[in-house]
Amino acid sequence: MTRPTLSAAALGSALAAALSAAALPALADTSDKRIALSNNYAGNSWRQAMLTSWETVTKPAVEAGIVAAADAFTTGENSATEQAAQIQNLILEGYDAIVLNAASPTAINGAVKEACDAGIIVVSFDGIVTEPCAWRIAVDFREMGRVQVEYLAGRLPEGGNLLEIRGLAGVFVDDEISAGIHAGVEQFPQFKIVGSVHGDWAQDVAQRAVAGILPSLPEIAGVVTQGGDGYGAAQAFAAAGRPMPIIVMGNRQDELQWWKEQKDANGYETMSVSIAPGVSTLAFWVAQQILDGREVPKDLVVPFLTITQDTLEANLETTPVGGVANVEYTLEDAVAVIEGAN
Amino acid sequence: MRLSPDLIRLAVPFLALAALLAGVFWLQPRAMSYTGLNLLFNLAVPIALATLAQMFIIAVNDLDLSMGAFVSFAACVTATFLHDTPVLGALILAASVAAYAALGVVIHLRGLPAIVVTLGMSFVWLGLAVMILPAPGGAAPAWLRALMTVRPPLLPMALAASILIALVAHLIIARSALGVLIRGVGGNERSVARAGWSVLRAKAAAYALAGLFGVLAGMALVGLTTSADANIALRYTLLSIAGVILGGGEFVGGRVSAVGAVVGALTLALAGSFLSFLRLSPDWQIGAQGAILILVLALRLGLDALERRRRGRA
Repeated sequence: MTRPTLSAAALGSALAAALSAAALPALADTSDKRIALSNNYAGNSWRQAMLTSWETVTKPAVEAGIVAAADAFTTGENSATEQAAQIQNLILEGYDAIVLNAASPTAINGAVKEACDAGIIVVSFDGIVTEPCAWRIAVDFREMGRVQVEYLAGRLPEGGNLLEIRGLAGVFVDDEISAGIHAGVEQFPQFKIVGSVHGDWAQDVAQRAVAGILPSLPEIAGVVTQGGDGYGAAQAFAAAGRPMPIIVMGNRQDELQWWKEQKDANGYETMSVSIAPGVSTLAFWVAQQILDGREVPKDLVVPFLTITQDTLEANLETTPVGGVANVEYTLEDAVAVIEGAN
Repeated sequence: MRLSPDLIRLAVPFLALAALLAGVFWLQPRAMSYTGLNLLFNLAVPIALATLAQMFIIAVNDLDLSMGAFVSFAACVTATFLHDTPVLGALILAASVAAYAALGVVIHLRGLPAIVVTLGMSFVWLGLAVMILPAPGGAAPAWLRALMTVRPPLLPMALAASILIALVAHLIIARSALGVLIRGVGGNERSVARAGWSVLRAKAAAYALAGLFGVLAGMALVGLTTSADANIALRYTLLSIAGVILGGGEFVGGRVSAVGAVVGALTLALAGSFLSFLRLSPDWQIGAQGAILILVLALRLGLDALERRRRGRA
């Protein structure tokens, strides 16, 4: 990989691009800075979308001269020791910043510390690391659970019975979203969770689990979910011949497709919320901003991607079959997130 | 001049390491420094220790499929008990070494296949590791962290530690009476028994040594990573076996080399870095790593065949 030689004109246009994009004075020049993405796993559609987003956003940024390089590295195996070795290699390659989705929140702390000691900016996202010298772009899974109940409170002021579909038992994300949902129910006491099943974030599992518990449940007003389970729940309700509750969706293509069909047929209304794989691009811009000299708090919260009745069609159109709705972040988005945390 | 087969056996892993190192230096001159060498090799130290542990098992013609899980378990104990209550932690680690020795005894007395027993044990160790550390975390004891990040003069920690552990293991397996006995069991169990030695004791000792080096691998790993994860070292099972074979060891016959095993482990660790510096797509990296392994083994087999032919002529 050759480093592009920068003429004064290119430098100027790069600065102009950076300026117009940010509408903020660049504090320092990042056109000679190199950013690496360290990724531990690429084996599902979410991670594939994450890597594609990285490519889509960083390529023009490199071409515009905002940064000198933004290379993505994925370890061959999903293991913490391998990722630690990978990070040490990236240190040796002299990158100025490492953006990483970590295999373990703790087991690569040693390598992250080595990177910090070498003067490298480390920004972790999605799979964050606990090492204090690194930045963290975390997902507020609790809030993701709570907003679902808040939305239902807006739709059903008089409240009602809720069915909760949880994720994979024993996983941190499942506990967090569920805690958020329960906090939401406390905030809006007109709702009552009358049943709870594990859908493992998979449509078929969710459908079986909901079909199994439905006969024992009273009328359900709303279904709160964790993503990847809404379509299965809808199928179970339809098969049982029960009135269709408001099912909160999770941005998967099949969920959005079903929602669209219902909306066209009978004006069905709901919302959909999940994390966009494009969060990798947010991390990229945050790293660029830190390199630019901006004061950035160590803990940032990633906004989740919410799809409403009005934005359904647009999102469905851009979501590939079998995929997840995605959004790629811009420099302004990153600046907004940073400002929001300050 | 005639080279002895053993010397050739030992020369191959060194040559492979030197070739890879030259490649890395060429691709990334920054690696050619004190810090660079340390970064390249420090994660190889726990792999080298795990490889030595595996070597003691292979020396008695057995194979340990639980090495990765055991190192993970030791890492979890180190990051929790050894950090919070050092005495209890040390006791647990000592007990796990004793468990390894007991495993050797059971395998020998009941004539069980070690592969099956250790495969079963891998689930036991992993289960215990998850029980100790259900979520990733823990912290490395300060002294251990200091030991693994020490910056000795002249030689980086990673290389100094590798030389030291290779030397210690070499003294045990090649120079001590116990080492001769262990290799003897691997070479010809019956003649060792006939000569009046206790095969049972030799196997127990080999397994205990494996347990000890496995514990050291877990501790070294936590010293580097600063905390543990129940799945942290699962790759070590296959890495350790590959390291022993790459370093000139053989699955049967008690033919193992401690120095070779350490060099083999370093080579494996370096192969990953080399491919990463080459900017090879990750989809190809695993395959390429395998190709390097096969290349080195082929080289060794070729040299072996050459040696045999020369001997046949003489």
